[in-house]
Parts: sequence; structure tokens; C-alpha cells
Amino acid sequence: MTPEERQQIRARQKSRALVTGLLLGALVILFYAITIAKIGGGN
Amino acid sequence: MASTPILSDASAVALPAHWRDFVALTKPRVMTLVVFTGLCGLLAAPGHIHPILAFTAILCIALGAGAAASLNQWYEADVDAKMKRTANRPLPAGRMERQSALHFGVGLSFFSVLLMGVATNWLAAAVLAVSILFYVFVYTIWLKPRTAQNIVIGGAAGAFPPVIGWAAVTGDVTALPVALFMLIFFWTPPHFWSLALFVKTDYAAAGIPMLPVVSGEVATRRQIWFYTAIMAVAAMAPVLLRLTGLIYGITALLGTALFAFFAFQVFLRRESDAARMAPERRLFKYSIIYLFLLFGAVVVDRWVVA
Repeated sequence: MTPEERQQIRARQKSRALVTGLLLGALVILFYAITIAKIGGGN
Repeated sequence: MASTPILSDASAVALPAHWRDFVALTKPRVMTLVVFTGLCGLLAAPGHIHPILAFTAILCIALGAGAAASLNQWYEADVDAKMKRTANRPLPAGRMERQSALHFGVGLSFFSVLLMGVATNWLAAAVLAVSILFYVFVYTIWLKPRTAQNIVIGGAAGAFPPVIGWAAVTGDVTALPVALFMLIFFWTPPHFWSLALFVKTDYAAAGIPMLPVVSGEVATRRQIWFYTAIMAVAAMAPVLLRLTGLIYGITALLGTALFAFFAFQVFLRRESDAARMAPERRLFKYSIIYLFLLFGAVVVDRWVVA
């Protein structure tokens, strides 16, 4: 593997990890909000 | 984004797919209509749902549709490669490995159904699961490669969202969501076949038995008119059965009359040059506006009049 290829893979992995992290953060907030809504008898 | 999964022959290392390609796999543009009809089903339902849970229900419908679209592309990657319209999708373009699409689709399916069940109720989750399974197994795998009537029965998959939205609020399925299901079900053939008329060459190249390829254009135009007539009955049924009010009734009457006018024009024509199919393109574009109008009217009826 050339250094350019390694760099390309690392950049792609970094952007995917960042998006995955943001999605997980959003899910934590969503699950918290769902819990509050359910406790409050929203449904 | 024109990269290939293999960087070089010597290293044979797979380049991970870009996250944007996973988004593209869910067909976000097609999702718009699914989300809208699901939202209308949810807003038209009697009863109260917490806004957070309503948001979650719509999110689950969107994720379920995305999951079904991903699995569809996983299965049809070879066919997509043969059509100009679909050749640049992540799998046929070589930007993603096929197994990644399968894992993504299956994972998203389970996640959307489980989240729907936990946040709203298990009936809504069950209907969502049925709609995904129907789209993947009945439409994509069974009907689409085998019969020219594929989208007639397969169209049911796209008709589920208002039922899911309704069930998320009420926990049951009554006459109005079933009527809305029937409306989308009978709307699908004229909608898709008007598109198939002017992209016929593409479907022919891929070997998909779309009606214009198998039975010819005249038969397709006749079938468009036939299903428009049934759709008109389905569109008027909610108001005739007193499930909706006058706003929906007037919108459905005028909107369906215009739909029938455009469909009749298509029925009468004998044009086979795709470049000169303006009425067919007009019917296709109007069919989308038509569905937005009618579903919007159902919600207006419920919220403004009631």
C-alpha cells in the first residue's frame, strides 16, 4: 500500500467515524426525549 | 466520489465506502412521498400523540423506506448497472461493496421496526415490518423480474405509510387508513407506467419486464386509463363513505378530474418516440402533485374543519 492510499483510507475512515459519532449522539438525545415523553404519559 | 473500492491491484485493499453513499443508498428523494403520506396518516388520525413520539414514528417510516431501498439496490446491483438512470448508484458504480449494502439494509430494517415498537406501539411496528418485507421479497425478488404486472401488486409496499402513521397514533387500523392505502395502491400503476413509457428503452436494456416492454405501448396506455378509473373510485371513496369532509371531497373531485383528463390524453396517443412524450411526462409529474394534494386535503379536513 502506498502512503497516498493509506492517507486516502484514513481520511475515509475518519469521516465515517465522525458521522457515526454524530448519529450516536443524536440517538442518545432521541432516546432520552422518548423516555421523558413516555414517562409523561405522552402515548 | 468516482473512486473504486479497490485502490490498486498490487495492494488489493478495499477503500471503505463514503458515508454519503450510504445516504444515497436510501433513495432520499423517493422517501419524500413516503414521509409525507405517513405524516398525513399520523395527522389525520383521531387521538393524541406526543410530538417527540410522532417525530420518532415518521423517522422510523423514513428509515424503514431507506432500509427497503438499500436492500432493493443490494439485490438489483447487476440490473442497475445496465440502465443509464441507475448506473451511477453506489453499487453499480463500484463505490461500495455489495455486502456493505446488505448489512446496512438489514440493520436499518431491524432498527426502524424495533424503535417504532418501543416508541409507539407494536401494531405500527408490525405494519412497518410487513411493508419492508413486502417491498424486498414480494416486489423486488419475486414479482419485478417475473411479471409485467409487478408494480400493481408491488405498489402495495408504497401504500403502507399512511396506515403506519395512523396506527402509531391510534393503535388500530380503521376504514380511513385502509381507504388511503387503496388510493396509493391504485395510483401506483398510472404513476409508474407513465414513467415507464418514456424510459422504456432503459428497462428493455436491463431485461426488466415492464409493461411497455412486454405488452407494448398501446396496452400500457389502455392499462393506465383502466387503473385511473379504479383510482378515481378509490379517491372518492373516503368522502362518499363520510370518512372525510367537504374540503377533501372538492379537492379529490377536481384533482381526479384533471388526472383523468391527462390520463385520457395519454390513452388516446400513439407516440413511441420518448423525446416527444410531453403528455406522458405531464401525467407522471402531475400524479406526484395529485397525491400531495389529496393527502394534504385529508389533514386539512381533520384539523381545520374539525
